[in-house]
Amino acid sequence: MPYIFNTPEQQQEMLKTIGVDSLEALFATIPSELRLDRPLEIPPALTEMELQAHVSRLAAKNVGPTSRVCMQGGGAYDHFIPAAVDEIARRGEFYTAYTPYQAEASQGSLQTFFEFQSLICRLTGMDVSNASLYEGGTCVSEAAFMAMRVTNRHNRVVLLGSLHPEYQQVVETYLTHLNCEVVVVPCVDGAADPAAVDAAMNEETACLVIQHPNFFGTLEEAEQLTEIAHKYGALSVVSYDPISLGILKRPGDYGADIAIAEGQSLGTPLQFGGPYLGLFSCSEKFVRRMPGRLIGQTVDRNGKRCYVLNLQAREQHIRRDKATSNICSNQGLIAIRAAVYLSLLGKQGIREVAELSCQKAHYAAEQLAMVEGIELLFPERSFFKEFAVSCSEGADYLLRKARQAGFDLGPELSRFDYKNASDQFQTGVLVAITEQRTRSEIDQLVTALKA
Amino acid sequence: MRNKLATESLFALSQPGRRGAEFPAADVPERPLSELIPASALADKPTGLPEVTESDVIRHFVNLSTLNMCVDTHFYPLGSCTMKYNPKRHERLASLPGIVDLHPYQNQSDLQGMLGMLYEMQEMLAEIAGLPAVSLQPAAGAQGEFTALLTAKAYFEDRGEKRTKVLFPNSAHGTNPASAAIAGFDCVQLASSKEGLVDLEDLKAHLDDQTAVFMVTNPNTLGLFEKDIKQIAQMVHDVGGLVYIDGANMNAILGYTRPGDFGGDMMHFNVHKTFTGPHGAGGPGSGPIAVRDFLADFLPGPVIHFHPDADETDQYTLETPAKSIGRVRSFYGNIGILVRGYCYLRTLGAPGLKAVSENAVLNANYLKALLKDVLPVPNGDLCMHEFVASASKSKAANGITAMDIAKRLLDFGFHAPTVYFPLVVPEAIMVEPTETESKETLDAFAETIIKILKEDPEFLHQAPHSTIVQRPDEVVAARNPILQCCEPQ
Repeated sequence: MPYIFNTPEQQQEMLKTIGVDSLEALFATIPSELRLDRPLEIPPALTEMELQAHVSRLAAKNVGPTSRVCMQGGGAYDHFIPAAVDEIARRGEFYTAYTPYQAEASQGSLQTFFEFQSLICRLTGMDVSNASLYEGGTCVSEAAFMAMRVTNRHNRVVLLGSLHPEYQQVVETYLTHLNCEVVVVPCVDGAADPAAVDAAMNEETACLVIQHPNFFGTLEEAEQLTEIAHKYGALSVVSYDPISLGILKRPGDYGADIAIAEGQSLGTPLQFGGPYLGLFSCSEKFVRRMPGRLIGQTVDRNGKRCYVLNLQAREQHIRRDKATSNICSNQGLIAIRAAVYLSLLGKQGIREVAELSCQKAHYAAEQLAMVEGIELLFPERSFFKEFAVSCSEGADYLLRKARQAGFDLGPELSRFDYKNASDQFQTGVLVAITEQRTRSEIDQLVTALKA
Repeated sequence: MRNKLATESLFALSQPGRRGAEFPAADVPERPLSELIPASALADKPTGLPEVTESDVIRHFVNLSTLNMCVDTHFYPLGSCTMKYNPKRHERLASLPGIVDLHPYQNQSDLQGMLGMLYEMQEMLAEIAGLPAVSLQPAAGAQGEFTALLTAKAYFEDRGEKRTKVLFPNSAHGTNPASAAIAGFDCVQLASSKEGLVDLEDLKAHLDDQTAVFMVTNPNTLGLFEKDIKQIAQMVHDVGGLVYIDGANMNAILGYTRPGDFGGDMMHFNVHKTFTGPHGAGGPGSGPIAVRDFLADFLPGPVIHFHPDADETDQYTLETPAKSIGRVRSFYGNIGILVRGYCYLRTLGAPGLKAVSENAVLNANYLKALLKDVLPVPNGDLCMHEFVASASKSKAANGITAMDIAKRLLDFGFHAPTVYFPLVVPEAIMVEPTETESKETLDAFAETIIKILKEDPEFLHQAPHSTIVQRPDEVVAARNPILQCCEPQ
């Protein structure tokens, strides 16, 4: 039997020490009428060799980037992952450790998470970062909860319609049953209209949630929108693309109160949507209202610098129903990946990745717009590495044609359920270009689409 | 031996001009950034990220990693956490091309292998739970609890009922009340009986037509099977409520009994515990839920459907249930962890899973028997996969606390058990050895505890003595929080 040590002889010896005569007797407290009287009906056991063949067969049935070039976006991006990231994340010392509750036995994790927090602060210009939340969507609902606590306004939040539609759905799931109104400001032409946002805000609103660059890849007037939020005493919550901060102004530079992100781009593979990484940072004055684990620096009994889980009185294992969040397991190992990634890239590397993605995306947009029947959906808008196109023959036609030529584009906007969406969304398709894409790939795609 | 230089702050290693990653020059015609991005949106200074080489990064984090205890290196009997061995084949298989590199918005026909695997995972979890409908979405156990509570809420509302209360015993994990609170329920904490089980009288006193859900961990956090669970479930059902099983302790009962068979209507699995996730220094987890058929329509979307008669390219589809509560996260779940759980279930099969629980329970009872004279267990004769001992006796006799024992164990190369949880046992020491440990390890651990209890109490209050740091000051940390490196940018 795999992974089990006790031999039958040892089992007998152990049972004798316990004072019972069979393994079955150990389960005496489970009433017999509740026992399963048959084996579980699950597939038979496989040896490692058989399992590898089986899983490899399943993997081969998927069409992945080995045969398809990924130009897909919508919150998950094909950025390059340096080998050193995998090397560190595969260390058993990290991935087979538990949450660092026992500080003396966990200084490796604790210092790494402390440095992760520091890297996120330096990337975003925010004062404090936690040690991770689940992913980009739940970051928005956690930020909304925190804004409600901070402002003591529990009945209303405002989201821009250009926020990732799945994040909008997550917020609705989390908030609407609490009698909190979730107001979505419709996005008509690719970015928010500040006047419409102003009109949607009021003094009952806990926060304004801005995604910048937004779901369509377009830049928002994040600074102006933040000012609008503040005018009503609401918090400005900015969902950013971590790679974009290589060239864009940081949320901390323009007054965001809470900065959140999907951190997958920072060294984590696409792996069909998870596990990813929720990044959550905020102003120092809100630190005791934050969700999630925080690592703090302190000294030990000999005065030596060290690290511990800090301000645990916010958390569920202490505060129970009064906790700032129900989160327990976070995304530790993915945060470690992000820490290694950001360390490797450094000041210069993050700028290069951002700039390459931006330059290549603009080249791709320019070339695609020259294909007959394809237009940029929001030609007047500035974008970072992702943009929306529409196709006169329909989104399905464009996606299929690209696939046949070996390219995955998308997601198609019709995939999502938009409120107040205009018709143009029905034909829209997102295209995301990272530093990994080459001019020759882009040219091949364009040639195939022209044919 | 220790390279102290390498584990200095990452930011102290930084030197202007050093590089850890380089990228090729642009192969497209470059335009000035100011033509692409409005000046108002462009950063006016670089980020404050450090400048280090790849070998700096490797040496730094590899050396840091060696400051951890982990399952690969140590016995880690952390109660409630199921720190079992993490098979290496899982890491290899979860990293295969065609699994690790799939984009969540790829065309469904291109994902049939992945969707097929996840569908099979749904089916296996349903069978182990005895509950037919599964959502793989929740990112961790706590999110599974929250998701199930919202599912229950939607079910009641659909029936025109408004129920406001969630009940749970005082031995519950903190996530139970925390999840109930954010799901908008009033939390009602119940007493435990003298035996450490749900107090039926107290339960009865609090059950009424406002009761939505009774949440219970079974086996409970004391490592005891709630023997009256069938009656408890009946009492909850009699007032129209639903029973939620916190599946944190599933490692004890795999193939022996199923939450659906003992009265549970909903449950979550902790794939990172029971199905050896791994734990990743705190996450990622994966907390799929299983529910009764009448709750299936309310699950978050999407779930995976199987159409056996369809073409091979369309057999598995992502579908949103009819009356879905909506999404609880972006995309579909912590797939990388679910793939590892899938590999585990396919490696063990039904007899293997049963052997897991047998040996987990055997190891726990054996260790409990070895320690019974020095660390008595207040509740229960036989335990399941873990037991909660109390250091009250040693504390009264010579002042040796649960914390002292936990910290001193580190000096002997054992990770500490969970201490001071559950809250219902004074000086609690919660030990979960798991099935992936040998009798020899358990013997050595017990001998060490017996030895520790004979040591000088003053010496123990200062323990550990051999670790890299010793008793960090948490009060100082909380009073004036330092939450990021203070080196200049």
